[in-house]
Amino acid sequence: MTFEDWFRVDRLPHIYCAGCGNGTVINCTLAAVDEMGWNKKETVFVSGIGCSSRAPGYIMTDSLHTTHGRALAFATGVKLANPALNIVVFTGDGDLAAIGGNHFIHACRRNIDITVVCMNNQIYGMTGGQGSPTTPIGCLSTTTPYGSAEPAFDLCELAIAAGANYVARWTSYHVKEFERAVKAGLETPGFSFIEALVQCPTYFGRRNKFKEVTDQVEYLKTHAILRAKRDRLIEKGERIPDDMFIIGELARRNRPAMGVKL
Amino acid sequence: MTKTEFWQGNTACAEGALAAGCTFFGGYPITPSTEVAEHMAVKLPKKKGVFVQMEDEIASMAAIIGASWTGARVMTATSGPGFSLMMENIGFAAMTETPCVIVNIQRGGPSTGQPTMAAQGDMLQCRFGSHGDYSVIALCPASVQEMYELTARAFNLADQYRVPVFLMADEIIGHMRERITIPEKIDHLSRRELAAGKLPFQADTDLIPGFATFGKGHGVHVTGLTHDERGYPCTTNPGVHAALVQRLVNKIENARNAIADYDVINPDARQVVIAYGAPVRTVQQVLHDRKGTDIGFLRLRTVWPFPEDALKKFNNARMFFIPELNMGQIAREIERHVKVPVISLPKLGGDLHTPAELIKDLEAHK
Repeated sequence: MTFEDWFRVDRLPHIYCAGCGNGTVINCTLAAVDEMGWNKKETVFVSGIGCSSRAPGYIMTDSLHTTHGRALAFATGVKLANPALNIVVFTGDGDLAAIGGNHFIHACRRNIDITVVCMNNQIYGMTGGQGSPTTPIGCLSTTTPYGSAEPAFDLCELAIAAGANYVARWTSYHVKEFERAVKAGLETPGFSFIEALVQCPTYFGRRNKFKEVTDQVEYLKTHAILRAKRDRLIEKGERIPDDMFIIGELARRNRPAMGVKL
Repeated sequence: MTKTEFWQGNTACAEGALAAGCTFFGGYPITPSTEVAEHMAVKLPKKKGVFVQMEDEIASMAAIIGASWTGARVMTATSGPGFSLMMENIGFAAMTETPCVIVNIQRGGPSTGQPTMAAQGDMLQCRFGSHGDYSVIALCPASVQEMYELTARAFNLADQYRVPVFLMADEIIGHMRERITIPEKIDHLSRRELAAGKLPFQADTDLIPGFATFGKGHGVHVTGLTHDERGYPCTTNPGVHAALVQRLVNKIENARNAIADYDVINPDARQVVIAYGAPVRTVQQVLHDRKGTDIGFLRLRTVWPFPEDALKKFNNARMFFIPELNMGQIAREIERHVKVPVISLPKLGGDLHTPAELIKDLEAHK
C-alpha cells in the first residue's frame, strides 16, 4: 500500500487554495501512518473546524469532523471507549489554541494516547484571514489591520508544560523531518503533538508581503532554527533574533498515559 | 427475583443506566446532578466501562459522542449551567444522528440561579436549545422508580432513533429518597448496524439510517456539516439540506405515538390537570385526598415529542391546568393543541405547589 491509497478520490478536488501548505502536511502524515503499517479499519482521523480540519474528509477511514475547537474532547471519547483504535487529530492554530485551548491543555495533561498534527498557518483561513493566537506581533490580518498587538502563543511550549509525551515542530519546507516526527509521535504512547508551520498564500502571505508562495516557504526555512543550534548560540552568548522560531524534537518522555492499546 | 432498595433519585438514574448497558460516562461536577457522576465513577470501572471527568460540559458532550461512535452506550449528567454549555454538541449529535443520553437534574435559573433548588425551566431549552431545526426525545421522571426505568428506556430510544435523548428530571426527584423495586430485567433494543451495500446516512423506511460503528471497516465520514447520504459535506445544495433537516425532524415527530408514555386518569372530568416531573406528586396527593372523579389528570412521562393525541382522551375537558416549576413552558405547547382555556400555574423558587394551592386554583375556575 502507498499513502495515496488512503485518499477518498471521489471527494477530489479538495478545497485547499493553490499553494496551501496543508496538502504537504496531510501527505507527510499519511506517509507516516502508512509506514506504521496501520490499516484503515483500525485508524480514525478526528478534527474540529477550519482549513486543517477538512483533512479527515479526504481520508478513507472512519473520520469525525466535529465542532470548532472540540476535536480533542471527541477524540478522547473515541480513544477511551476503544483503545484498539489509532487516533490522529488534524487541527489548526485557531481551532486548537483559541477556542480549543482548554481541551488542548487537558488532553496533554491526561497524556491520552493520540497524535495531534497542527497546521499552524498563523491565521484564520476558512473565514477569510482574521488574526489568530499565533499571528506574530505586527502581522496584518483583517482583524489586525494595524498589525497584531498581541503576543503569540508558542504551542509546543504549551504542550510540553501541560504534559505531552512527544512534542516537535517543523515547517512545510521540512517534509522529511516532519514526516519522521509524525512517525515518532505515532510510535510514542501518550499524547504526541507535532506542529507544522505552513504557508497560507491567500490570507497570510498576500497581506504580509510574501508575493509568491515560495517567498513564505523560504521565510519559514530561513527563520527556523534547530533547538541544538539555538542552545549552542545561547552558550556562546549570541542573541537569537525575535523573528526566529525553534524547530526539531522538543520533548520525548514517558509520563503515564491514558488510553494506550494493551 | 425482583429486589427492593431505598435509593436517592440520582442513584437510581445511574443504576438504570448501568442496567441498560451504559459503558461510557463523561461528565463534569455540578449540583444537583453530581451524585449521578459519582455513582458511575464507582461502578463503571468495576464493569470494565469507562468513567471520565472532562474539563467542562462542552468536552463531556464531545467525549460521549466520540465514544458512541465506537458502539458504546453513553451518558452524561448535568444541570442548568452545564446544560447550556452542552447545547453546541447536542446540535452536533442531532445532526450526526449520534445516540446519547443526557440527564438534566434541573435547578433554578437563569445563570447560576439556585444550585440546590428544583425547577423545570429547561424544558424548552432541551427542545430548541441548539441552533437550527431538529427534534429530540425528552422523558420526565416523577419518582425514584422512574429515574431508574426512564433512564433505562432512554438508552433504547437513543439507539432506536439515533438521537440525543434527555432525562429531564429536577432537583426534587434527583435528591429524594424512596423505595424502588428493581425489575428483574429490562428490555434491550440494540442499535441497527449499517447493512452491507447501504450508504452510511441513507435512511431506511423509518427514516433512520443504519449505524456505521467505528472500527468495523465502514470507512464512514461523520461531519456536522450538511452532508449527503454518503456522509460527505454538501453545504450549498438547498435540496440536500432541506431533505436532511426534514428527515431529522420527521424521524422523531412521525414516531410520537410510539415514543409517547403517559397515564390518563378520570378521562370524563371537566377540569383536567396536566403534569410531568415533580409536580406530578402534588396532583397525585390531590387525587388521593379527594377520591372523586371530578379532576382529570394527564400525567406525562414523555414530553418531547409532545404526545398531543393524549389530550384527545379528555373529551369533556372544559379547562386544562398546568402546574409547572417554570413560567408556563409546556402550558404554551398545550395551548397549541387545544381549543379550551389552558391555565398555566407557574411556581418559581424551588418549592413544589402544595395540594392546597392546586385545589384553590381548581376551585377558582369552577
